[in-house]
Amino acid sequence: MKTNEIGKPTNRVDGRHKVTGEAKYAGEFNVPNLAYGFAVNSAIAKGKIKKIDTSKALQVEGVLEVFTHENRPGYVWFDKNYKDMDAPPGSPFRPLYDNEVKFSMQPIALAVAETFELARYAASLVEVEYETSPHDTDFEANIERAYVPEEYNSGEPPKPWGQPDEALANAPVQIEEEYTHSSQHHNPMEMHASTVVYEADGKLTVYDKIQGVMNTHQYITHAFGMQPEEVQVISPFVGGAFGSGLRPQYQLFLAVLAARELKRSVRVTLTRQQMFSFGHRPKTMQRFALGASKEGKLEALQQDVFAETSRFEDYSEDVVIWAGVLYKCENVKLSHKLVDLDVYTPLDMRAPGGTTGTFALECSMDELAHKLGMDPIEFRLKNYSEKDQNEDKPFSSKELRECYRQGAEKFGWKKRNPAPRSMREGHNLIGWGMAHGAWEANQAQASAKAVLTSDGKLTVSSATADIGTGTYTVMTQIAAETLGLQLDDVTFKLGDSSLPDAPLEGGSKTVSTVGTAVKSACDKVRERLFELAQQVEGSPLAEASLEDVVFEGGQISLRKEPSKGVSITAAMSHNQGKAIEEEVSSKPADGQSDYARYAHSATFVEVKVDEDLGTIRVTRVVSAIAGGRIINPKTAKSQILGGVVWGIGVAMEEDTVMDNNLGRFMNHDLDKYHIPVNADVHEVEVIFVEEKDEIVNPLGAKGLGEIGIVSVAPAIANAVFHATGKRVRELPITLDKLL
Amino acid sequence: MRSFTYTRANDVANAVDEVSAEKESKFIAGGTNLLDLMKIQVERPSHLVDITRLALDTIEETAEGGLRLGALVTNADTAYHEQVEKRYPLLSHAILAGATAQLRNMATDGGNLMQRTRCYYFYDTDTPCNKREPGSGCSAINGYNRDLAILGTSEHCIATHPSDMAVALAALEANVRVTGKAGERVIPFSEFHRLPGDTPHIDTNLKPDEIITAIDLPAKGFADHYTYLKLRDRASYAFALVSVAAALDLDGDTVKEARVALGGVAHKPWRIPEAEALLKGKPATRENFQKVAEAYVQGAKGYGHNDFKIELAKRAIVRALLQAKEMEAKL
Ligand SMILES: Cc1cc2nc3c(=O)[nH]c(=O)nc-3n(C[C@H](O)[C@H](O)[C@H](O)COP(=O)(O)OP(=O)(O)OC[C@H]3O[C@@H](n4cnc5c(N)ncnc54)[C@H](O)[C@@H]3O)c2cc1C
Ligand code: SF4
Repeated sequence: MKTNEIGKPTNRVDGRHKVTGEAKYAGEFNVPNLAYGFAVNSAIAKGKIKKIDTSKALQVEGVLEVFTHENRPGYVWFDKNYKDMDAPPGSPFRPLYDNEVKFSMQPIALAVAETFELARYAASLVEVEYETSPHDTDFEANIERAYVPEEYNSGEPPKPWGQPDEALANAPVQIEEEYTHSSQHHNPMEMHASTVVYEADGKLTVYDKIQGVMNTHQYITHAFGMQPEEVQVISPFVGGAFGSGLRPQYQLFLAVLAARELKRSVRVTLTRQQMFSFGHRPKTMQRFALGASKEGKLEALQQDVFAETSRFEDYSEDVVIWAGVLYKCENVKLSHKLVDLDVYTPLDMRAPGGTTGTFALECSMDELAHKLGMDPIEFRLKNYSEKDQNEDKPFSSKELRECYRQGAEKFGWKKRNPAPRSMREGHNLIGWGMAHGAWEANQAQASAKAVLTSDGKLTVSSATADIGTGTYTVMTQIAAETLGLQLDDVTFKLGDSSLPDAPLEGGSKTVSTVGTAVKSACDKVRERLFELAQQVEGSPLAEASLEDVVFEGGQISLRKEPSKGVSITAAMSHNQGKAIEEEVSSKPADGQSDYARYAHSATFVEVKVDEDLGTIRVTRVVSAIAGGRIINPKTAKSQILGGVVWGIGVAMEEDTVMDNNLGRFMNHDLDKYHIPVNADVHEVEVIFVEEKDEIVNPLGAKGLGEIGIVSVAPAIANAVFHATGKRVRELPITLDKLL
Repeated sequence: MRSFTYTRANDVANAVDEVSAEKESKFIAGGTNLLDLMKIQVERPSHLVDITRLALDTIEETAEGGLRLGALVTNADTAYHEQVEKRYPLLSHAILAGATAQLRNMATDGGNLMQRTRCYYFYDTDTPCNKREPGSGCSAINGYNRDLAILGTSEHCIATHPSDMAVALAALEANVRVTGKAGERVIPFSEFHRLPGDTPHIDTNLKPDEIITAIDLPAKGFADHYTYLKLRDRASYAFALVSVAAALDLDGDTVKEARVALGGVAHKPWRIPEAEALLKGKPATRENFQKVAEAYVQGAKGYGHNDFKIELAKRAIVRALLQAKEMEAKL
């Protein structure tokens, strides 16, 4: 297929808005008479509020009100009204509901004032007396209590197959190990914020940081008993979210509550410290037991996952499905249990479950390969899975072998000496490690609307989000390609609840889902245009069918005789000055679900570890990706680079520290919660291998938001082992663990 | 933050008067530490005395052949000053190992010495902390203490002093010039910062009415054999787990004088002159450096998460002294 826009490394169409500051984020929409709210967070992890005294705060000039559970308005009764689209099973947390404290840093009051600083000061004057109850936040100490939840919000772990216990017992080569990572917080650059504009008629216009305006819209209308038409949610730009914006956060609830009570516009913005007061990647421990034949055939695989959740919701994620996607094994047993603690409910964080599961899976496989004396790639090729064994389905496409081949070649893997501690440079031990991974390539249902006006300008819209991934750009490319227009002639609109429905931007499915809807809407416009073009006087297309023509450069012309055609504007002049409007809802094609659909990655890493001091540098990374058709190599590469950088953080830095005495996460700012800085990132190369897939969606494209991260941390851990001979099974790998 | 009043001092005497006029007043220089702490209510001054317009922003020669760093010279200007780079490269390196370019452009030399600990609990007003709220208890001793001290601790506080610059100044035996109501005095660097003892809320021996006016560097700069080795959890923009300022005066392979100061391990930059003296007149060898390292961690005590610092400090001292001797490429 000849393309003009798809496949081009197009710059972000919103890039200029972003770098000039024209792009506005939820906390930046200013309206007259705006008031500011600041949340008070609980000091304790569990107990009751005996007394909450707001009198000192209220005395400060400019303070409007302090909302607490004592003076809040009546709430709608049913629990289910507080369930947002991404709520896991359980009873969602309701801010200011009663005097109960369920986790440390729980919002327990909102001070509202004329300025942000006044509100913050007032919040500090709120005096709280607690009746504390013993809390339990100690994950390790409670693993024995782990339970199988009534319902998994991810999916149920696949049922066992084969004879996993027997096969393991009989396997001549075995390993059994535990792998852990602690809680991690998303920390997007933009803090969560909501600006709630109170309109003259009591309707609300809400600017919210969210990964899908429809979720905010549903949540407000349900939780506050409002009619759909009374609320409009707008969110044109999101300064990163990584899953933290899948669920409406408490600043939204508090801002809406305050605006309705005060009949005034209110903004609530969280501080960086408060960004640690809600969802996070759950602390997880995994036991892996693997058995193999002497020749390196995987005979048995058992994975038991223990993950943290809150006392009020059972959050789970897909940690156990990756072995069945990546390795061929006839005897498999998988389990996923939860440990409920006095913390807030965990929340999807970039490649939820995948980052966690792949880390342990790929480290354990490296251990097994080492024990077998096999090269890690050779071992993986030997146990390459040609179908998804979890669901016993063929893959829609899987060019993972090509990822190994091209990645290994670029990296120079052939020159690797397999023995640990065999490569050095002065004080530094050099290690080369690799790992591979997969991530879902799903498509969901979405709607889009395309409007072509008589001047040949096209506007396409859908209530999706751009969380920095490049949605604006890619949708513009898809629309321009379909109708043969210049990028400049196309405008894509998103982030507005009045637009056609779209799902949350999460799970790397936006290009697939919304892209397909955009394409379908534009295809419909294409049909109409073609009919109009045939009506043009003396139209060279009169006898042609749609298949015989191409849409290119603003022209509709004969495929075989490109010089003969009709311009789009000429065709439009036959529409009585009206625009063409098409709105479609697109669904995955029938039969798609007969296939397993995944993107794949192979990551190669070089580390240098100071032998005496334990400091680690990730000096080289090659990430080879099989992600279907690449719509925009530039934004695609950015996604993978971001994933690699984050993977470095997962492997070596990210760690939210729980103080079990206080039941509180303690390193709640970016000085103490480490993510990689530029100096931590050296050479990173990204390869996209060619992959054709006609099943995954009509575009042939797989999402790339998450595949970039999954295999990075295990590749680093494996490289550290290769460098030092020391296996660190608890992330992050900090220097103390290597002394 | 709490509301405060603000004045800009026009000379040192005025600054001292202003800061003494109200009990809860504070100087503000670059503001890179103070403002952060004010926003989270850890520092709650009622009055701020802005000293940024005082004429303390130059670097000058001293009569003793050293350099005088005005208290308001920025960290960046100090690190890149031609004479500092040439005669006190240890100090340049230490400064540049700290914070970020943007912060160093704002941060002043006086403010750097006065920056407060980075203990997690000190930063969170909902937790007990003797340094922030005397008598409330120390959450870190039985809590999370990976970043905290192993030397000179007390049962009341195990915080560290976070400055890198101060570690180099300790090794160089700088002097701190201060002015207060009672006039001017000079505080030797080793006496400037305090150990926590039972008054962990007092970081330094500067009196409440005193202002730092300058830091004097002695003539000897150890420019031929020095290193600043900073070990941390990421390659930049992180405080030291352990840092070492090492300086050697060598006669061939024989040590005439050695200086070793540690950061990240105590409530003040840590020096043990007797341990440094072990090298005097001895060959600069790994074995001898090892002895110094052992002597430095004598009596060191870990609190669980930070136990590793004892071993790390030893290895870092040896590495730093070797680097200082060889002047080979840095880590
Ligand atoms: C994110 C971050 C990372 C950092 N990383 C590092 C690091 O790795 N290493 C490092 O060493 N530092 C680091 N710093 C700290 C930085 O070096 C200090 O914040 C800075 O040096 C303080 O100087 P200032 O002029 O901004 O002080 P201010 O914030 O203005 O003041 C700090 C204190 O000093 C007092 N003060 C200031 N000047 C005087 C004076 N002349 N006399 C008496 N009292 C005075 C003030 O009253 C106040 O109490 C970091 C800071 C940040 C924010
Ligand atoms: S170590 Fe010092 S600063 Fe930290 S909690 Fe204890 S008293 Fe406070």
